[in-house]
Amino acid sequence: MTMSPKQGDISIHIEQLTFDNMVLFNNLDFVMPEGQWTCLMGESGVGKSTLLRLVAGLVPEKTTTTITAADFGIEGEIAYMAQNDLLLPWLTVFENVVLGARLRGDAFSSERALDLLKQVNLLGSAHDLPATLSGGMRQRAALARTLMEDRPIVLMDEPFSALDTITRVRLQEFAAEMLRGRTVLLVTHDPLEAFRLADRIHVMSGRPAVLFEPIKPAGRPPRDMRDPELLAEQAKLLDQLANVKSAA
Amino acid sequence: MRPLIIAIGLFSAWQAVVLLTEVPFFILPSPMLVAVAMIEHADRLLEDGLVTFVEILGGLFLGIILGTASALIIGLFRPARQWLMPVMVVSQAIPVFALAPILVLWIGYGIGSKIAMATLIIYFPVTAALFDGLRRTNTGYLDLARTMNASRWSVLRHVRIPAAMPSFASGVRVATAVAPIGAIVGEWVGASHGLGALMLHSSGRTQIDVMFAALLVLAFMAILLYFSVDWLLRRLLTWSPDSLPSNDKVGL
Repeated sequence: MTMSPKQGDISIHIEQLTFDNMVLFNNLDFVMPEGQWTCLMGESGVGKSTLLRLVAGLVPEKTTTTITAADFGIEGEIAYMAQNDLLLPWLTVFENVVLGARLRGDAFSSERALDLLKQVNLLGSAHDLPATLSGGMRQRAALARTLMEDRPIVLMDEPFSALDTITRVRLQEFAAEMLRGRTVLLVTHDPLEAFRLADRIHVMSGRPAVLFEPIKPAGRPPRDMRDPELLAEQAKLLDQLANVKSAA
Repeated sequence: MRPLIIAIGLFSAWQAVVLLTEVPFFILPSPMLVAVAMIEHADRLLEDGLVTFVEILGGLFLGIILGTASALIIGLFRPARQWLMPVMVVSQAIPVFALAPILVLWIGYGIGSKIAMATLIIYFPVTAALFDGLRRTNTGYLDLARTMNASRWSVLRHVRIPAAMPSFASGVRVATAVAPIGAIVGEWVGASHGLGALMLHSSGRTQIDVMFAALLVLAFMAILLYFSVDWLLRRLLTWSPDSLPSNDKVGL
């Protein structure tokens, strides 16, 4: 895949990444256009999360990695949301939402934190411990924490996968709205989610992993799930994913 | 309610053994005899109990402070870990009780050598538990903190230390349970005050009822201390699953 990144785009070139003598990436180029949602799909274990972690600067130890990236001065501009909500169990929901500022010793706006909690419908649980919340509530709290960071680049690893359908749809819409105009990388297993939210969808496959040319769904996210065109596109993507799997 | 029933049950069994076997009072005095001895020697028991209690608390305090400091040092500095960890593990091969006479020789017959003994016995469980807790911080938390540009110190203060607290609490519980052993062994080796000294003294004079009275006071003190510490730790760590009442746990 050759494309020259524009200023503001995030481009990452991975020379080689090896895990236990297994080459995961070899000469992989990946570009996230500025202000767009890039979705990463592909079967489990192919390296999606690893790629996201590399962008996040969480380079795994004990690997022979060479990362060079144009305009990779993105330290301090990233908000990261993992599969696991990673709420600190000894802090209240509110304290978890303002964790970033706490860790940096920065001042923060309590109003903004409470407003975000209100928007994810958790205002009533602001002073509860995470253990008292359901899985969906915890994930919403994690989303509020991610938004509280207010960073231009947002990296999310299957953030909605553990949620029930209704909550998921609601949170997708909310996230799409709140993160509009930011550079977002979303790892997901859900083609519908990808089609609702992404500006570009990359399918990753193989070992060493390669990225297919991105699919660019028409229209502005969040797209209506009932749109027949979107459903047809989704079917095509499913086919592509299935073919990749059977070829592998 | 349950502890009371257990206590009554144990005392009844004790009384029953004495009645049925007609064991002489200088081998096993009846609970009644011991109760009488307790009232008769209340002053001495209280005085010696207080000495032992201070020794236990002193040992707990020092042992926890030193153990915490060591765990932080070996947990945070890799060279310290590489050099000190083997020394610490090997040092555990020395039976701590064997050190008691040396401690008494160096520090004297007073309260100091007993506190040192209790400190020694407490130090390792606390160090090991806290170090283990610091080492096992959820890597997800650390990743998150890193993307939030947290400094090393900030991660330690806000993430690693709080995350290690349940493990540390287990260490403190073990320490509380073994602290009386340290104090009593110290007293046996050489002391004029304390419950251990009183037991040896009354044994020498075949005041077996007094000996048992001292033992009961010691047991009561140890149990009370353990449950107080346990209660306090639960109150402080309400967020930890360890703090749930044990009945709520699955299985054992």
